[in-house]
Amino acid sequence: MISFDFEYYKPATVSEAVALFQELENQGKQPRYYAGGTEVLTLGRLGLFVTHAVIDIKNTPEFQQTDANEDWMIFGAGVTLTELEDKNLFPLLSKSASEVADHTARNKITLGGNICGHIFYREAVLPLLLADSQLAVAGPAGTNIYSIHDLFNRRLQLKNGELLVQVFVETKYAALPYMSIKERQQWDTGYPLVTIAALKTEGTIRVAFSGVCSFPFRSAEIEEMLNHKETPLEARIQTALEYIPAPILNDGEGSDRYRKFVIKNLLFDIFTELGGT
Amino acid sequence: MLKDERYRITIKLKVNGEEKMVDIRTADTLLYVLREKLGLTGAKPGCLNGDCGACTVGINQRPMKSCLMLAAETEEKEIMTIEGLKSSPMQKAFIEHFAFQCGYCTSGFIMNAHLLSKHHPSGSDDIIKEWLASNICRCTGYKEIEDAVKSVLHFSERE
Amino acid sequence: MDVIGKSVIRKDALEKVTGTARYTNDYMFKGSLHAKIVVSPYAHARIQAIDVQAASTIPGVHAVVTGEHLPLTGEGVRDRRPLAFEKVRYHGEAVVLVVAENPALAERAASAVHIQYEPLPVVHSPSAAIEPNSPLVHENMHTYKHDETVYPEPGSNVANRVKIRKGNMEEGWRKSELVVEETFSLSPSDHAAMETRSAAAEILPNGVVKITTSSQAPFMVKKLISEYFGIEAGKVVVETPLVGGGYGGKAAVQLELLAYLASKAVGGRLVRILNTREEDMLTSPVHIGLDAKIKLGCSKEGILQAADILYLFDSGAYADKGTDLSKAAAADCTGPYRLEHIFCDSLCVYTNHPYASPFRGFSHSELLFAFERTMDILAKKADIDPLEFREKNAILPGDTTPTQVRLTSSSVGNLPECIRRLKRLIRWEEGQRMVHENGLITAKGISCVWKTSTIETNAGSGVILTFNPDGSVNLMSGVIELGTGTKTVLAQILAEKLQMRVERIHVRMEVDTQTTPEHWKTVASRGTFMAGRAVLEAAEDVINQLKKIASCIFRASEEDIEIKNEKVFLRDEPETSLKFKEIVYGYKYPNGNAIGGQIIGRGNYILRGMTYLDKETGAGRPGPEWTVAAEGVEVEYNPRTYRYRIVKAISVIDIGTVLNEKMARGQVMGAMSMGLSFAGRETFWFDSNGRILNPQLRKYRPLRYGEHPEYVVDFVHTPQLDAAYGARGVGEHGLLGMPASLGNSLTAAAETELNQLPLIPELIWRMKEGNTDDFV
Repeated sequence: MISFDFEYYKPATVSEAVALFQELENQGKQPRYYAGGTEVLTLGRLGLFVTHAVIDIKNTPEFQQTDANEDWMIFGAGVTLTELEDKNLFPLLSKSASEVADHTARNKITLGGNICGHIFYREAVLPLLLADSQLAVAGPAGTNIYSIHDLFNRRLQLKNGELLVQVFVETKYAALPYMSIKERQQWDTGYPLVTIAALKTEGTIRVAFSGVCSFPFRSAEIEEMLNHKETPLEARIQTALEYIPAPILNDGEGSDRYRKFVIKNLLFDIFTELGGT
Repeated sequence: MLKDERYRITIKLKVNGEEKMVDIRTADTLLYVLREKLGLTGAKPGCLNGDCGACTVGINQRPMKSCLMLAAETEEKEIMTIEGLKSSPMQKAFIEHFAFQCGYCTSGFIMNAHLLSKHHPSGSDDIIKEWLASNICRCTGYKEIEDAVKSVLHFSERE
Repeated sequence: MDVIGKSVIRKDALEKVTGTARYTNDYMFKGSLHAKIVVSPYAHARIQAIDVQAASTIPGVHAVVTGEHLPLTGEGVRDRRPLAFEKVRYHGEAVVLVVAENPALAERAASAVHIQYEPLPVVHSPSAAIEPNSPLVHENMHTYKHDETVYPEPGSNVANRVKIRKGNMEEGWRKSELVVEETFSLSPSDHAAMETRSAAAEILPNGVVKITTSSQAPFMVKKLISEYFGIEAGKVVVETPLVGGGYGGKAAVQLELLAYLASKAVGGRLVRILNTREEDMLTSPVHIGLDAKIKLGCSKEGILQAADILYLFDSGAYADKGTDLSKAAAADCTGPYRLEHIFCDSLCVYTNHPYASPFRGFSHSELLFAFERTMDILAKKADIDPLEFREKNAILPGDTTPTQVRLTSSSVGNLPECIRRLKRLIRWEEGQRMVHENGLITAKGISCVWKTSTIETNAGSGVILTFNPDGSVNLMSGVIELGTGTKTVLAQILAEKLQMRVERIHVRMEVDTQTTPEHWKTVASRGTFMAGRAVLEAAEDVINQLKKIASCIFRASEEDIEIKNEKVFLRDEPETSLKFKEIVYGYKYPNGNAIGGQIIGRGNYILRGMTYLDKETGAGRPGPEWTVAAEGVEVEYNPRTYRYRIVKAISVIDIGTVLNEKMARGQVMGAMSMGLSFAGRETFWFDSNGRILNPQLRKYRPLRYGEHPEYVVDFVHTPQLDAAYGARGVGEHGLLGMPASLGNSLTAAAETELNQLPLIPELIWRMKEGNTDDFV
């Protein structure tokens, strides 16, 4: 039950939405974009944030578009995770998306929501980091395209009022060998203990992590270490671990030391399977 | 003087084939409106957090957790609740296979399973697991639910 | 038998699959107010100030209630105010109650209440609680009223100590050529019923208090509200419709008190309250934790000689049902074995955790985890196969329980037969541990379990039968329908006894304490037994009345009259008959004279021969019978990652007689699922301040579809002679051996003793790789 009140808007285009955001912001209404809305509802009910104006952007055309041509795959930020899975343009993305929450929730959770949301796992961003994606971000000054690596640092560094509209991934990435493993505290359901997504391109294996730190990441140093074929795999993994960019999480899902153990095993499996030994 | 006008709206919902006008808070979830305004108490509040599936309804033929939707979002969508299912194969199967005990999760499970049977009439083990892991049942061990759902899906061993 | 044993479709089936089944919160009362609780963010703190000014002045807020003038409540010990006063003792404890026009307003007002706390040192576990310098959770224990058979120890954190002193320990240890001593630990967890607790209350102008509540014990709600608040019992009416799961958690009385207080604060207006999931997990009572130490000795041949047991139950901040839980654990403190020399102290201990309520099994799955793991460890030391070890020591008719009850073949089932069947079903001859080519390991673990009920010695159950003009019967019983299907089973018992079709018996699902005869509480797997006996007595009553009226009309002796298929007839001349519908409302002669009047059947059952437990020795008879089972689990274990899958779960239970095949199997499988979920994944995550980090179902995870194993259920049939058709209740038993079996199978797989729950891969990793640091 959300106990605070808010106005509900449904703009027809992205530019309308962005302009509306500015206007409501100036009125002091602390506006929020609303895509799948799952976080607005679940965090709002606990009073973890307050808003007095909700801007439902789901129906804007750019937001919904998902297709591919020879060169690019285009994913609207408003596409739900099950729509992503069903269309399956980029199998690694489908795989990562398919492990988030549960199936019915994925009928509501959007790509943009998963990437930009408050909950820090953001597993759908891992394939996008691996595929050097481009992001279309709308703001008061119009829509700009950015490399994900310029904009995503622990979270998508959007300014207040900016909106992730589309994600572009080169079509070539869809055909590359990949793996995505999500290991949980126990069995098959729950938040990630450690999730690793991997992509093999030109003999190198790229890896991205979620659940390890309080943010998802891809690290050049780690990839360099792991792909150093002259060194035995286990030693590579041991060294790579030292480049984890922040303290490993130590929480109810698992301790930091156990996570390290899990990461080692998963990396070993990934590199063995994808042939990086 | 209450500043309510912008926070209270009247919406038209299409529920189980019928059109209903309801006065709601913009902040009301679909679950709340179905239960408290329309008296359709089949969908249940199990967690209000999208975790348990007891509130599952059908929106445009897809299972959705009604606690994760604002009622305001659902105008122009076809909403189907358990009350709108009349003598469906899935309901019959649940009865025959003893696929419930306390019954609290049952509306949500049947809605999800029913829509699964429409989308994947001969779904594999994996698809069934993917869909049905969205709902928690605390009374049964899921075996009877498995039998009920597979009886409707004309399941045949794939692996 | 015509209907006993058949898988009759449950009477509430159609309601439940169509969404028309109504649970407490589904009753929408127009014009009702809504209550919201303000809870403590601290596990232990002094309340310095409560500022309700801002909250009270919000338009639409009708009342704000605090704990100052409230009575102390609680079943074993009266130690708990419905709203905290002076101190909060657990994270989530209710401190203030707000009543407002609608739920959103009530929440807003609740957020506007400001409370100042001074944190106090936290008691983190029952083991820490009994350390000499532990902070006290209840400094004023000496002022609390308590049940006569509860033995609190003021000046400590011990709310109850139940002793078992059986035999002669010196002799026992002397005869024990092999001895093991082990400790075990599990934290509090949650029932996580899909329906969160919900209640509504109003007070009529004539003083009648009307409560609607999702409870397993409406008659207890009535009794306690009457006692706590000084209201005549006849002026408290409690209604309970269908309940969405309880598993013992709804046997405690807590939310109803708040509903009542809320209504009282607004002049008796109807107030509704519904627990959020977080409140249901934190504020309302939880599944008890346990620290256990067991020392067990046997002869070289593997015959058990002596046991020294210490159970420290983590009863949390308040005693309530914890004292009974510790008593029940003492009564069955060992597994189902012949053991002459037993020394057991079973303590109900205060900590700064949410307080405990019964959880399906009523302390048995917890204590059996400890005891059955110890059995495996001792069997290993004796170099005897674990199943054989159980078989050698299996309790038999003629043996005595820890409370020195001598068992008969009616009061205890056939454990050796259960074990024999388990051996076959689990394919024990394959070996307990097998390493496969791919490196994965299949491992099996077993356990034996038993349980009697430890409830009030005068617990009873009543049934009323009335008829409809068409000759069909209405069955009213105080048993709650919370999923077990007992209401349907009662109809089957009645149908069998009256020799009529079960479809012609209408069972009233809802219970209201004014018009439904009392069934003590729907707990303890005693519904079928006690209400079943009451049904039989009511049926006899009906039969007598039918025969009496018929004997007038037939001008025959009652001995010559039979009843079958809704007909009353002369046994040797069946054409001389009357249909039920002709006489159940009395009989009218052709000239208009009428005799008999409506037939009302009345039956009740009260437990026979139950006694209190002796304060020093624990001797006494806590329950009418001991249901036994042999259970097992097969896992597929990865020695590299320490992860595992539960492949198969098996329960062989001596049920006496199966009354409804599919429902009985459903109960057992559901219980097994719950036991595996509890053992494999469920626990509260406590931080260093005693706060709970996972009061939501996305972090507190019951088993999901796809994680379930293959279930194998088998029944042995040793009748309980004083039960209807010899049937024992089996609502809980599938659960009881799951934690121990899982622990034993993983111990075998990992070749490391696993003595804690939950059995997550990280635990196994820690035990194997020697990492014993605490983790959050």
